[in-house]
Amino acid sequence: MTDQESRDRERARAMAEREATHASDTPDDYRGNADPNGVGVIPSSSALATPALADAPVSGSGVGAFGARGKVRIGDKVFRYLTAGAGMFVCILITLVAVFLLAKAIPSIANDKVNFFTSRAWQVSGSTLEFGIVDLLWTTVLSSVFAMLLAVPVAIGIALFITQYAPRQLARPVAFVVDLLAAIPSIVYGVFGITVFAPKLHGIIDFLNRYLGWIPLFKKQISDPGTVFAGGIILAIMILPIITAIAREVYERTPRENVEAAWALGATKWEMVRLSVLPYGKPGVISGAMLGLGRALGETIAITLILVAPPSGAPFSPSLFYGGETFASKIANAAAEFNNPTQTGAYIAAGLVLFVLTFAVNAAARIVVNRRREFS
Amino acid sequence: MTAVVPTTTLAGSSKGGVRAFKNSLATVLVTAAFGIALIPLVWLLWTVVSKGLKTLTQSGWWTSSQRNITFRKPGGGVWHAILGTAEQVLLCTLISVPIALLVGIYLIEYGGGRLAKLTSFMVDILTGIPSIVAALFIYAVFITTFHGQRAGIYVSLALVMLMVPVIVRTTEEMLKLVPNELREASYALGVPKWKTIVKIVVPTAFSGIVTGIMLGIARVAGETAPLLILVGYSPDTNSNLLSGFQGSLPGMIYAQVPQLGNTRFHYAADRMWGTALTLIIIVMGLNLVARLVARRSKVSN
Amino acid sequence: MAKRIEAKNLNIYYSKFLAVSEVNFTIAPRSVTAFIGPSGCGKSTVLRTINRMHEVIAGAHVQGDVLLDGESIYGSAVDPVDVRRTIGMVFQRPNPFPTMSIYDNVVAGLKLQSGRIKKAELDDTVEKSLRGANLWEEVKDRLGKPGAGLSGGQQQRLCIARAIAVEPQVLLMDEPCSALDPISTLAIEDLIQSLKEKYTIVIVTHNMQQAARVSERTAFFNLAGVGRPGQLVEIDDTQKIFSNPSEQRTEDYISGRFG
Repeated sequence: MTDQESRDRERARAMAEREATHASDTPDDYRGNADPNGVGVIPSSSALATPALADAPVSGSGVGAFGARGKVRIGDKVFRYLTAGAGMFVCILITLVAVFLLAKAIPSIANDKVNFFTSRAWQVSGSTLEFGIVDLLWTTVLSSVFAMLLAVPVAIGIALFITQYAPRQLARPVAFVVDLLAAIPSIVYGVFGITVFAPKLHGIIDFLNRYLGWIPLFKKQISDPGTVFAGGIILAIMILPIITAIAREVYERTPRENVEAAWALGATKWEMVRLSVLPYGKPGVISGAMLGLGRALGETIAITLILVAPPSGAPFSPSLFYGGETFASKIANAAAEFNNPTQTGAYIAAGLVLFVLTFAVNAAARIVVNRRREFS
Repeated sequence: MTAVVPTTTLAGSSKGGVRAFKNSLATVLVTAAFGIALIPLVWLLWTVVSKGLKTLTQSGWWTSSQRNITFRKPGGGVWHAILGTAEQVLLCTLISVPIALLVGIYLIEYGGGRLAKLTSFMVDILTGIPSIVAALFIYAVFITTFHGQRAGIYVSLALVMLMVPVIVRTTEEMLKLVPNELREASYALGVPKWKTIVKIVVPTAFSGIVTGIMLGIARVAGETAPLLILVGYSPDTNSNLLSGFQGSLPGMIYAQVPQLGNTRFHYAADRMWGTALTLIIIVMGLNLVARLVARRSKVSN
Repeated sequence: MAKRIEAKNLNIYYSKFLAVSEVNFTIAPRSVTAFIGPSGCGKSTVLRTINRMHEVIAGAHVQGDVLLDGESIYGSAVDPVDVRRTIGMVFQRPNPFPTMSIYDNVVAGLKLQSGRIKKAELDDTVEKSLRGANLWEEVKDRLGKPGAGLSGGQQQRLCIARAIAVEPQVLLMDEPCSALDPISTLAIEDLIQSLKEKYTIVIVTHNMQQAARVSERTAFFNLAGVGRPGQLVEIDDTQKIFSNPSEQRTEDYISGRFG
């Protein structure tokens, strides 16, 4: 046997072996749409030609051991349709959300006397509708991105602590403590934020204003504690658990070989983390950060309670040390006065923009995660 | 070649001062990150407990409502709010659990097809839907379009949209943990697929699914935005989900907020912290129990 | 009740990949037939086509036919669920249902197939099946305990009891001892000897000594060649296969020259 031949044979055997383990053990796609009750059987012509089959009446008058069909299959069919129906329900639900929000928002946007996307006005109680989302968009994005920027490094640190640094007995309680942050209702974060937390920030705000006040972002605009700065920090605490959870999950899955390769090069712990854990977890952490951002964009009640709404007609300020309203808080603040359809439509239009925003961010996060999954 | 090989000793300075310093710094920072997470948790819990505990021990707190009680008066209780929240969450759970279970089963046991991929994506989107958008949607459908009046049932419907994805995801995780050998064993006994799922697969994953349901309940019990839009708040006891304003724990907290700055009367503030503590006890209690259930199920596996 | 199994021109595919080609054999009732061969040659795959278990994998399908006492199990009117009720299977790793007691494990097939059955009847079945699996004496005092609490060998016998409780005519065993220690293996091999009085048994094994000990007939499977699908090289009396096989390739495998 030549070398070439034996190599080929090896390869063929490896392939067949893979197929065989695929068959006898637990193949990955086992749970796929394979139907154990016999879809995908191709009766061959040779089978049809066998006399035995000719003997067995296909019309099925209850002959032989396998006569009783029907009853069992119906159960399977019904159950399959039931579960698929539930799946379809979820898809339709999301579609309906988009459709209904659009349908209710369009008439109001059509009656809007100012540009919906570029106007800073919000006059919906009078006879003429004037509303635009530019202020809302700014406050929403500013507070959420600020929160994300604060939360991500901390989340990475905690995830590294849990997966790489903490002793085993400590890792679990630490993870548990972080998860507890997610168990606190957002309204409690809101009241804590506005009554206890935000007033404590004056010192930091004054400090930052003194040295960085020349940057518009850090210019102190109001003395009220209800700033985007305070709201953003509270949001950061709220989205910390979700980012941590995802970072933890990806760091835990760092392949052993990568870690050991780093150790074998004589790396310090930090160098090992930087060389193998961090790069491996990067896409996961990015998508975790985006999921956190999505959460922050839509967070309603905490931010509603904390942010102080500037009086109408106040000049625009991009500063963190200023109040404002997000899409969600604008809607929540007006919830009690949803009286006539056109007025409500303006708020629904704001809700629609928020929906699109969170949809885009979440979808992007999932795409990152899924692409990753295909590689690993 | 006359290259000089630098000699290093095992204990020696091969890791260099800068590297060692960076390593220590990283360790300190990573540990500090955990401390940073701990601060707000402890601070917040301490605030709520210290400010709310005395209200919880007042007589009638657990049994009476806020009927005829204003911010100028002490007393009253949280019963109407617990009742409202319990009713809304219970109805929401009754609707969510069957849908979510079926979706989870579909994705794991029948998944792989186009619809399944789309469904999985849509569940992700549903996970990310802000509660206020869910509430607006229900409002647009049932109140603007079908001219309903605000009522507790609509809150339940909005909460369904938030609860379903939580339960779907846990159900999926738990079904994935069920070994395929069990499915095969069942098929080999001549058991049809649907019975295999209902009698073998789901029972094996049961305690995990219960955990998911409890986490789902904990998530929606503290939701406030749908309440503002869909039911408002009533200080009276209203057990009718189908009509009228209804009390709820988050609603009661929110209702006290306008009087927080009141320096003459502190009753509203006390009440708010009391309600917040009550809500935290319930939600965190559910969370803890859910985690215990989950841990126990892992042991039996 | 045992039945004859025939395979006719059996080609087995995973999607487009032809895993095993042109298998033909006849297995007599009340006999033990061993499938041996190097790993990856498709012997487990062939076994799983005998009760249509291979179909649970997405994309798997067959051409050709398998007959049970002359009746096709791949006929268009045949429900695979019924096939599996007639042809039981024991797996490589013991897999009792973890949520069920020993008792419930044994009657799981019966209960799930047909719903209400009288308690006395179930009791009878449990005792009969556990006795049949040589397990009765060991577990009769703890039938209510979880099946997962038994030792590996006991669990495997519990799975055999579960398989025979539905009174199949054929029993397929896919390397039933590969996860067991030698003593448990011996117990299972003894059990196979007594089971063959009632059932047609087909056993896949990696262990040639085991094949020689338990089976009357042995089928040797191998890859047909470089990059080619698996095939049945020969099937003959066990004694002949191990002493004087007709094919050189069988001889090579038996004598340890490859595989």
